[in-house]
Amino acid sequence: MSTVLPGEHVPAQHVNLKLGPGLFATSTNNKNGDIISTKAGELNHSANNSKWWVDSNSRRYVPAPQERVIGIIVARSGENWRVDIGSAHNASLDGLAFEGATKRNRPNLKVGSLVYARVSLAHKDMDPELECFDAQTRKAEGYGELKGGFLVRCSLKMCRLLLEPQYFLLPLLGSRFPLEAATGLNGRVWIDSKDPKHVIAIARCIEAVDPDGGGMDELGVKKFLSTLDV
Amino acid sequence: MPRPPSPSIPEKEFLFSSLKQSLRLDGRQPLEMRTPILTFGPELGWVECSMGKTRVLAQVDGKMVKPPPERPLEGIITIHSEISPMASSDYEPGRPSDEEVSLTRMLDKVLRRSDAVDKESLCVQAGLRVWHLRLTIHCLADAGNLLDCACLAGIIAFKHFRRPEVEVEGDEVIIHKPSERAPVPLSMHHMPFCFTFAYFPDPTTQPILDPSYLEQRLSAGLLSVALNAQRELCVVQKAGGVPLSPDEVLRIIDVAVLKAKELDALVAKRLKEDWDGRHVEVR
Repeated sequence: MSTVLPGEHVPAQHVNLKLGPGLFATSTNNKNGDIISTKAGELNHSANNSKWWVDSNSRRYVPAPQERVIGIIVARSGENWRVDIGSAHNASLDGLAFEGATKRNRPNLKVGSLVYARVSLAHKDMDPELECFDAQTRKAEGYGELKGGFLVRCSLKMCRLLLEPQYFLLPLLGSRFPLEAATGLNGRVWIDSKDPKHVIAIARCIEAVDPDGGGMDELGVKKFLSTLDV
Repeated sequence: MPRPPSPSIPEKEFLFSSLKQSLRLDGRQPLEMRTPILTFGPELGWVECSMGKTRVLAQVDGKMVKPPPERPLEGIITIHSEISPMASSDYEPGRPSDEEVSLTRMLDKVLRRSDAVDKESLCVQAGLRVWHLRLTIHCLADAGNLLDCACLAGIIAFKHFRRPEVEVEGDEVIIHKPSERAPVPLSMHHMPFCFTFAYFPDPTTQPILDPSYLEQRLSAGLLSVALNAQRELCVVQKAGGVPLSPDEVLRIIDVAVLKAKELDALVAKRLKEDWDGRHVEVR
């Protein structure tokens, strides 16, 4: 593991090379392809050197294909919805890109609704596109409109941490009270619980743990939770 | 880039329903403000004020100029403030936004036209030389209630600033370097503080002090009150929004007076700490 700056040469070599966010192949020919980094951060690679990526923290989301995001509907344009996913450009969501949607039967989304969606197209010269079904099964699998609850905004590193299965925060909170959560990779987390006090407690914990803000650890959160009235 | 999208429906509904139960998202009481954190820079008149994630940097510098003929006995104070996209991605460079216009006007009213700084004491030689003080406000991050933070940073910067001592001998003006003679603080009449209250569409929800970004976006009207710890009211600003009864405004002013006293004590304490620290450095 080492630190790279934008424009630095990265010694990534593999027959079946996969490049993650922050890396860019200057030529499409893999054999003599030169790999450079496009953002600053920690350079990581998988055990067999086939997958390489750059890990860093930021606030501005750059869409990448197959990432799960939480978007806010901003407008309707013909058959499509315009969705704000926190990137530089609004994404478009096809009105038929839902499980079981037909011309007659399509979901009723209002401007301001929240949707949990998957980025299906992310190209540097085009607006991103979203879909609300799983790519393989074409079933909803949790995608779709998020009703009720509350939306928390955090840094991009924080939402990646929340998606880690062994990360302490959500299990710790879940042991105190029942909660529902949907984490988008664009720095947005949707949470819901029966009591508004619990929702506020979750929102405050996420903010306190965020490496961009408080950077609290597990012990700190336990102490912090005991000061809250939950 | 179009205007930022308004907050989503779940955010709006949750905020309104929790405010009805007097619960705020950051765990504050409705009439509780975020405690300002003041950081003083190496130079006098350089203050960074942060309230939560809202951060403003204020800097004062002074130079000698010839006064305009219509006001030969008064010093000049100018305030430069600009909200750049650095503060939040909602702001764009170039054409001033509504928030920027209202911030500039409010800063002018609170800091300059309330006569906080004694302008006549800034005169060195009548009609020939006066001090020109320049206050620059840099908005570093906007997480709600930028106005109160900017006003606080501005007034503390004036309080923190010290101008070099000058001596007039006949027609000659000698400016003493800070190393020769201790610089003198500005003569201030009073210290006004600004407090912003947010009102919500539901009339049973009580107003909240120092709104966060989301609360500010979803509010139905803001009421800004500027006053000092001696109960002297300087500015009341309410640009549109829900109608308020006169009793309500008077009640809010009573709340603001208490907060102004607390804030005054806090600022005095921090300024004293900083000044005591500086004496040690000189020795």
